Amino acid sequence: MAGGLQQAFAEKDFVVTAEIGPPKGTDVAEMLRRIDLLKDKVDGLNATDNQAAVMRVSSLAVCRLIRERGGEPILQMTCRDRNRLALQSDLLSAWILGVRNVLTLTGDYVTFGDHPDAKPVYDLDSVQLLQTIDALNHGKDLAGNELKGATGFFAGAAVTPEADPLEPQLLKFEKKVRAGAKFFQTQAVYDLDKFKHFMDQARKYEVKILAGVVLLVSAGMARYMNKNVPGITVPETLIQELADAAKDQALDRGIAIAGRTIRRLREEKLCDGVHVMAIGKEDRVPDILRAAE
Amino acid sequence: MIVAERKSLERIEAMIEGMQKVLVVGCGTCVAVCLTGGEKEVELLAAQLRMKGKLEGHPRTIDEITVTRQCDREYLEQLIKHVAEYDALLSMACGAGVQFLAEYFGDQIVLPAVNTLFIGAAEGAGVWTQKCAACADCLLDQTGGICPMTICTKNLLNGPCGGTQHGKCEVDGDKDCAWTLIYRKLEKIGALDRMRIIQPPKNYRPMTKPGRYVHEAYQAAKKE
Repeated sequence: MAGGLQQAFAEKDFVVTAEIGPPKGTDVAEMLRRIDLLKDKVDGLNATDNQAAVMRVSSLAVCRLIRERGGEPILQMTCRDRNRLALQSDLLSAWILGVRNVLTLTGDYVTFGDHPDAKPVYDLDSVQLLQTIDALNHGKDLAGNELKGATGFFAGAAVTPEADPLEPQLLKFEKKVRAGAKFFQTQAVYDLDKFKHFMDQARKYEVKILAGVVLLVSAGMARYMNKNVPGITVPETLIQELADAAKDQALDRGIAIAGRTIRRLREEKLCDGVHVMAIGKEDRVPDILRAAE
Repeated sequence: MIVAERKSLERIEAMIEGMQKVLVVGCGTCVAVCLTGGEKEVELLAAQLRMKGKLEGHPRTIDEITVTRQCDREYLEQLIKHVAEYDALLSMACGAGVQFLAEYFGDQIVLPAVNTLFIGAAEGAGVWTQKCAACADCLLDQTGGICPMTICTKNLLNGPCGGTQHGKCEVDGDKDCAWTLIYRKLEKIGALDRMRIIQPPKNYRPMTKPGRYVHEAYQAAKKE
């Protein structure tokens, strides 16, 4: 996208981003096809960072590929795998490679991934990483040293609107804003009335909020997420709707639900846009966006 | 105190394979309290090793002794007259005790019979939990006496990650989320403002290994 994510937020009432999962291995053909399919339909593409602690091609390299193909990359950066030297070095590298947006994340713990014996890092936390980006944007590194050339990142962070308990999450949200977060991607939201309650709190701050929309592909997946994914609650009515669909229709029903959710978020102006996660079904993101029209 | 667990009999057996005479050395302080390496545990391990040797057709001498602390020279002195005749000293102390023993008896093979786990406290009968990461710069005043460096798996200093669920940790659902505990405690003592302070990146220099501490009074004495 020509103007970039920051400009999209400034100019549009409703911004849409999606996600690209880097491959495990050097065969990028499938990923490039997905980038080409999505790049002109969304305002930004997140490249995930060893998502779920599974080792893959780096977010940085994929961001560069997204950019080369005319997309607007968002560098996901977790605190799990790199200390403050490596994080800053990668941020400078991202900037010179044309990446302008960073999404800061804590990162799933190593034991969830495919190298469960690895040493976890967490030298910085997500709030401190945001402060680091702010320092680099002001021409200094975290130790206060002058940089020869500053960055100018548009920094974002994550928030879980249905966290339990919610108050500590809101306190951290507020710290992230103070530390320099300009936009937020939320954990998946399904219960929009609950989300509205969160937005009443979030609207006190001058930040852009993208609601997380995760495509449901079956009732089983919805139940699995309810049980296993922190901060996600799929209401029983939606699970029933998926369960009632014929077996080969469940995915289409999920796409309809996601489209409906996005439409309501947009029409009721509940937030500033959506971040669509269709894990393993990225090809269907255009269908979701069509269903949202 | 230091909490440790005994290594498996198989692991210990593998370490002393072929040896004729082994001295099992217990430690009467931390590892005695956590029922891992005190006098009773020394007695049990020595008996197991003797029995195993006999059953497998290679009887051997396994002797026992327990000192007050293996991490203190004055208690190691009493071992001098015993150790020379042994193929190895099998220490049931924490890693500090094992190393101190190995250093003190430089010509001797010293082997570890336990795995050192953490600095912890007795949660209940037979249960110990980690309480301190020895970060060398205590910040418990900021966090209601609950340590995010220790209790939070990711040692986050500015609040919970997105993985917390119903006050539990994403890594282990049986464990409490440190930041939910901290939040509740600060709320209770009317100090929630502390959670609004952005904690700077941790200074890891005081944790540079190996640590060394000289008491102030002794520093002064040396200078004089």
